Amino acid sequence: MDIRNELNGQLRIVIVGHVDHGKSTLIGRLLNDTGSLPDGKVEQVHEMSRKRGMPFEWAFVMDALQAERDQGITIDTTQIHFKTEQRPYVIIDAPGHTEFLKNMVTGASQADAALLVIDAAEGALEQSRRHAFLLHLLGVRQVAVAVNKMDRVDFDQYRFEAVSQEIRAYLAELGLHTSTVIPIAARHGDNIVTRSDKAPWYEGPTVVEALDAFRPQQAPTELPLRFPLQDVYKPDDRRILAGRIESGRLRVGDTLRFSPTGATATVVSIEGWNHSQPIVAAQAGQSIGITLDKRIFAERGHIAHHEEGAPHVTHRLGVRAFWLTSEPLAVGKTYTLKITTGEHRVTVESITAVIDIEDLSSTPAKAVHRNEVAEVVLRSRSPIAVDLASALSRTGRGVLIDGHDVVGGCIVVEVDEGPAASTNTTEVSHAVTADERNAANGHKGGILWLTGLSGAGKSTLAMALERALFDRGWQVFVLDGDNVRNGLNAGLGFSAEDRAENIRRVAETAKLFADAGVLVIASLISPLQADRARARAIGGERFHEVYVAADLATCESRDPKGLYRRARAGEIPEFTGVSAPYEAPEAAELTIDTGTVTPVEALGELLDYVDGAFGRNALKRDRV
Amino acid sequence: MTADLDYLESQSIYILREAYNRIDKLALLWSIGKDSNVLLWLCRKAFFGRVPFPVVQLDTAMELQEVYDFRDRIAGEWDLDLRVEQCPPEADMDQTLPPLTRAAARKTEGLKNLLRNGKYQGIMVGIRRDEQATRAKERVFSPRSLEGDWDVKDQPAEFWDHYKTRFDEGTHVRIHPLLHWTELDIWRYSKREGIPIVPLYFAKDGKRYRSLGEKNITFPVDSTAGTIDEIIAELVVTRIPERAGRAMDNEAEDSFERLRSSGYM
Repeated sequence: MDIRNELNGQLRIVIVGHVDHGKSTLIGRLLNDTGSLPDGKVEQVHEMSRKRGMPFEWAFVMDALQAERDQGITIDTTQIHFKTEQRPYVIIDAPGHTEFLKNMVTGASQADAALLVIDAAEGALEQSRRHAFLLHLLGVRQVAVAVNKMDRVDFDQYRFEAVSQEIRAYLAELGLHTSTVIPIAARHGDNIVTRSDKAPWYEGPTVVEALDAFRPQQAPTELPLRFPLQDVYKPDDRRILAGRIESGRLRVGDTLRFSPTGATATVVSIEGWNHSQPIVAAQAGQSIGITLDKRIFAERGHIAHHEEGAPHVTHRLGVRAFWLTSEPLAVGKTYTLKITTGEHRVTVESITAVIDIEDLSSTPAKAVHRNEVAEVVLRSRSPIAVDLASALSRTGRGVLIDGHDVVGGCIVVEVDEGPAASTNTTEVSHAVTADERNAANGHKGGILWLTGLSGAGKSTLAMALERALFDRGWQVFVLDGDNVRNGLNAGLGFSAEDRAENIRRVAETAKLFADAGVLVIASLISPLQADRARARAIGGERFHEVYVAADLATCESRDPKGLYRRARAGEIPEFTGVSAPYEAPEAAELTIDTGTVTPVEALGELLDYVDGAFGRNALKRDRV
Repeated sequence: MTADLDYLESQSIYILREAYNRIDKLALLWSIGKDSNVLLWLCRKAFFGRVPFPVVQLDTAMELQEVYDFRDRIAGEWDLDLRVEQCPPEADMDQTLPPLTRAAARKTEGLKNLLRNGKYQGIMVGIRRDEQATRAKERVFSPRSLEGDWDVKDQPAEFWDHYKTRFDEGTHVRIHPLLHWTELDIWRYSKREGIPIVPLYFAKDGKRYRSLGEKNITFPVDSTAGTIDEIIAELVVTRIPERAGRAMDNEAEDSFERLRSSGYM
């Protein structure tokens, strides 16, 4: 990439520091002295100050809210654009008040670099240290320090050196390197844009020179590929997996593995809109869409990567967390952990340490309070695909959500590999492999999941297919919704939870049959998309969904079990199609409309499909 | 030399896709100005050619004719699901507001009607931080009460790209996919992509609209820029604020803040 372009790209700088150490004044001055304020702005601020009977302050240039102007404080983070000779900037002003730390974090998490402002007389007070710590946690690695209000200490070199030593030592302990500490007097513009003659002993850069020396964050194109899915779109006959590449590169023809499911597929195309040429490659930072050579179960939260350099898949991880809300984080509590687009229910197993911001010492604790930083161990029910933040920051950092709110941020510092949910346990623990069973049977084991309204003809089709395949010598068995409810699931009722559990158990059972090499035909109304998605997750690549479609009127006119009549009479509450929803599949592998084709034709279609998906030709395809 | 535009585009697409996945009932507000045209273009990129939610114009019947013509042409060409929401009359507005601010408040009321009637949970709006100081304080996902109130002192935390996407009953969320763009970015991107533009932005007889609103409260500013290139050249050197032609912004010190905290875009 062109170096000039790199230098000229916009840079986002957050200004942090203790309250009243002069952040807003510095920004006001910076805007004014670089000629970035619009015409009339300074006059407007003079007029405003006069009306309030307050002396003119450069900080007022930044205060947008009535309450900020009235109280002379910064409440929320704000972003202002300005330019130096070198390039355009976004300046992010972050509030210094403890109670607005949430807003400081919001501003700082968008920054490429930071300027930490410290009062020359007061030195690095607690809040300066906390801000420095948060910069480190947020991944802001470029930090310069401005020692402000040097006019108040008569530009005393020894005072400057003392403050400078103190903060350098603190930053070094955090692992943040800074070579630049600048003595300034923001109110008077000393060492902001122009060099001050009041500190002849200082030979370093001005604030503007220090900003210009920062480098924009590079997209991590040379690190392993991480492509977390945001969504799956079906604009036409394409099935596009959409998301942003967080690191690495991806090319058409690449074989991708998806964590945590372990499914693999090859990239057929990188989809775009309004492109004259086909796109053959994409890299970190780009929001893209891809299509694959086969239908795998892949959804939001799954991470695509190459076979080499996979992320960790774990149920237990150690994070360094920053807590935002008054309700403390406590051992035993459950939150939602969101990393990239994946969400997981996690329980706090232990709090290893709460970190003292002042001296960076740490002590174990039972709870983490607002604005504290702590090391916490989280346990998850579902497997999580993550990276250590030190290796891949974008897939190694996340937020904790409680109810509807983001209550904390965290980075992953430790991963417990343990007995993570491997998708290969069957293959490794059995003496007979799946390939051997398939070869012996002459077809693949798998799950054919028939969904549709009551009366659509699922059971009829399932039984006819079982007969036909058995006659051809297949290992085949029907798991019928009504039949399993008499045995395996006799204890379950018809509440939403029980219906979901019924489907989960049938899916798990079907998976065992499939493992044994059998083609299982599961015939269940399974009205909800989410339940079927879960069944698909359990079944993996061997799961094929068949939508037995017939409109409600047709089903109701058939009413083989007299259920619609009873439902209409109000005798059956929550009856699918009448008083409970049926969500038709959006991406069934096969749809058969039994309202328009005869049962014989329907069976023919189904047999063709089964041959293609599980028959001898399917076996051959897998070996190529 | 447009790596920075690629970054802006990619970030906005990420936000649009998050909104589409997380929020059940979405609509996009189309003012037919330069920013919301870019927003629509980004939707077409994000969703591979189609805009998968309704596009709403809050109409006060006070737009310039060129705006209506442009709307009808583009809505057809881009196959938009266009809904036009008529805003209530000025007489119904809060009479304590200064007169021009009151005229602008009609859109707020139109929006509230839209929320009530359409039961939308998310509204996408093409505002930018560099337009106005209170907009500079916005979140990407900004929750509001159904009445439109913006609690600017207690906004949700936005760590990295993790936005608040779950809300209590009685709340809606404004989604701002262009928050991080500047006026100059909008023009550079419009040029690069060849995005259609209402001709009122180009100078005629020494004047052009820099920010396009209704004819009673927006005025053209002095300019000779007749092409996008000339607009870009003008913006690089100008020190006149973008909304200088927006009468209500300058009426009272907190006009715009009052409008925004009660629901204005």
